[in-house]
Amino acid sequence: MEKSFSEWPVLWDLDLSVPWGQTLVLFGANGAGKTTLLRILATHVRPDHGSIAVAGHNLRTRPEEVRRRIGVVGHRSLLYDDLTCRENLVYYGRLYGLKDHKPRVDEVLEQVRLSNRADHRVRTLSNGMQKRAAIARAILHQPDVLLLDEPEAGLDMESVSILGTLLAEWTDSGRSVVMTTHDLDLGLSWGHQAGVLRGGKVNFPDANSVDDEDGIKNDVRASGIRRAVADALQAGR
Amino acid sequence: MASTQSLEDTKSMGRLPSAKTSLAAITGVMMLVDLYLIFMVAPTDAVLGHVQRVFYFHVPIAIMSFLAFFVVFLGSLMYLIKRTPKWDAIAHASAEVGVVFVTLALITGIIWARPVWNTWWTWEPRLTTTLILWLIYVAYLMVRSYAPTESKGAIYAAVMGIIGFVDVPIVYYSVVWWRSIHPSPVVGPFAQSDALDGTMALILLYSFITFVFFFAYMVAERMALRNTEEALGRIRFVLRRGER
Amino acid sequence: MNGLVGPILVMVWKDILLELRSRDLVVSVLVFGLLVVVVFNFALNNAPGRAEELAPGILWTAFAFAAILAMNRAFVRDQEQGGLEGLLISPVSRDAIFLGKALTSLIFMLLVEAALLPVYAVMLDFSALSFNLILTIFLGTLGFAVVGTLFSAMAVQTRSREIMLPVLFFPVVLPVIIAAVEASTRAVGGETFVGLGRWLPLIGVFDALFLVICPWIFAFVVEE
Repeated sequence: MEKSFSEWPVLWDLDLSVPWGQTLVLFGANGAGKTTLLRILATHVRPDHGSIAVAGHNLRTRPEEVRRRIGVVGHRSLLYDDLTCRENLVYYGRLYGLKDHKPRVDEVLEQVRLSNRADHRVRTLSNGMQKRAAIARAILHQPDVLLLDEPEAGLDMESVSILGTLLAEWTDSGRSVVMTTHDLDLGLSWGHQAGVLRGGKVNFPDANSVDDEDGIKNDVRASGIRRAVADALQAGR
Repeated sequence: MASTQSLEDTKSMGRLPSAKTSLAAITGVMMLVDLYLIFMVAPTDAVLGHVQRVFYFHVPIAIMSFLAFFVVFLGSLMYLIKRTPKWDAIAHASAEVGVVFVTLALITGIIWARPVWNTWWTWEPRLTTTLILWLIYVAYLMVRSYAPTESKGAIYAAVMGIIGFVDVPIVYYSVVWWRSIHPSPVVGPFAQSDALDGTMALILLYSFITFVFFFAYMVAERMALRNTEEALGRIRFVLRRGER
Repeated sequence: MNGLVGPILVMVWKDILLELRSRDLVVSVLVFGLLVVVVFNFALNNAPGRAEELAPGILWTAFAFAAILAMNRAFVRDQEQGGLEGLLISPVSRDAIFLGKALTSLIFMLLVEAALLPVYAVMLDFSALSFNLILTIFLGTLGFAVVGTLFSAMAVQTRSREIMLPVLFFPVVLPVIIAAVEASTRAVGGETFVGLGRWLPLIGVFDALFLVICPWIFAFVVEE
């Protein structure tokens, strides 16, 4: 898959696949193309060449099917500042054509621990809470794949742990996550696979997949990967 | 936009100069003949005198400026559907040459109007529609250059190319109907333009063909220039990949 | 067809809710509309006798400029808060997104016009209680909304967005203005529907044509 913006090549030679029930964490220097890759997966940007399938549907031929199955949390919350959390979620619920959106809205508010702030305007929430509300929006329609772009940015400790729990439950239920991050430790503790985006494609450093039978992450292997990823990032600078 | 096309394509540019040069030569010769015909052969108009010769420039240029926009429309439509840069190049080149043509059409129109109607401007249908066409060309070029990226500029321009073209007939008819309710106090010798004697009609026809060639040549020049720009872009592109 | 109506209504509901909260769009456009008629009145030297001649022209100039203002602001707000991006990654079709935005613009513009009309009728001394006039205003505004929404989506992404929308919008929408002024003049003069002549059908053709073309083209404008 390839993508360039006005003669600036960003991605090329990209060949990637993520199995069900796994979290792929992508590291990379600024400008390496992490956000671009995520936006392509989110169907927001079209690739120049290549084919992509998300949740079994081809991005080019059936974009609407793909959109139904992805949840995206980017840098912007995509929520309206002047509406309350609940109103925002009800809007998105109706937009996605959810039946019984009201109980579902209550459910996700509970999952991100924002039930007590449901009727406050988004403008009045802290950064961390706004991000949590964005996460609620992303999971509202029960997508199969979550796409997160630096979700830890601007999050307080409480929100980070809520997100971590949510992601673990998510992959346990057989769904997948693709996540970009700058936080080495966080990414490695949340991710099943770790890749580094450099030179227009994703490189998987040695001793990659940490997927044990019962999903327990092996500490010894993890530090090996940590070194490998840190090296790969250094080389890219 | 520019992607993995190889540098081999740059070499194929060698083909263009010869076709373009012959076009330039033909156009040059035709233009010289045209000028001779207009100034030496065409009879002097009984009523208007020598100024009437502007007519031999004005009419072909005006018709060409509308035809040029048709080319812009076609290029825009094909580009939106197929996305091959070639179509965008045709549309862009035609628009740039076309805006020059429509500006000349307006200027020659005014030069002709002054002695004929004793006024610099009149809101009659053809002149007004030409003015609106000029505005649409300008909007086309503006949106292309003010767009955030080149590829978006190409898309936005294509949109304007299509919408503008569809709109022009509607503009024309609305002004015609409006004019019939608010007639100009000037009833013109414009009608006289239909009463052309044989020589005049022939020279007009020849002039028209000359300007078709002239348009084609200018568009070819502009496209060649764009090809060079794109070749440069491809080289830069490959270099940038190497850096990363 | 079903897939269209639902999302469109949701989008309109959301925009109305937002407007009720912030109230910035309708109020500012209303004030602008009032200012325009005051300025024009003096600029055109509107003596009592000339009111009939000038009123429809002033009316539609004011409506056209108000339309530009309204559509500019609507898209800027969405652009800044990422609302459009949220729509684009949802399964809602591009056609529905376009029609939803156009319908919202139409509703807001009609509201503003409805508020301004009685004021204009008093200031410019004409009778606004004419069904034909209202029909003309509706059809004309529809034309503005359809073309304007498409161009706003483009203009909001360019640098110099304030000038880009008028540059794109006015040449294309000129036939609507010509026809609307003509039809309004007759409507105010008490003409029957037939007496309005070809003008309303002209606007109708314009509206129908661009209602077909613009949603299709919109898809190209919003993707990257």
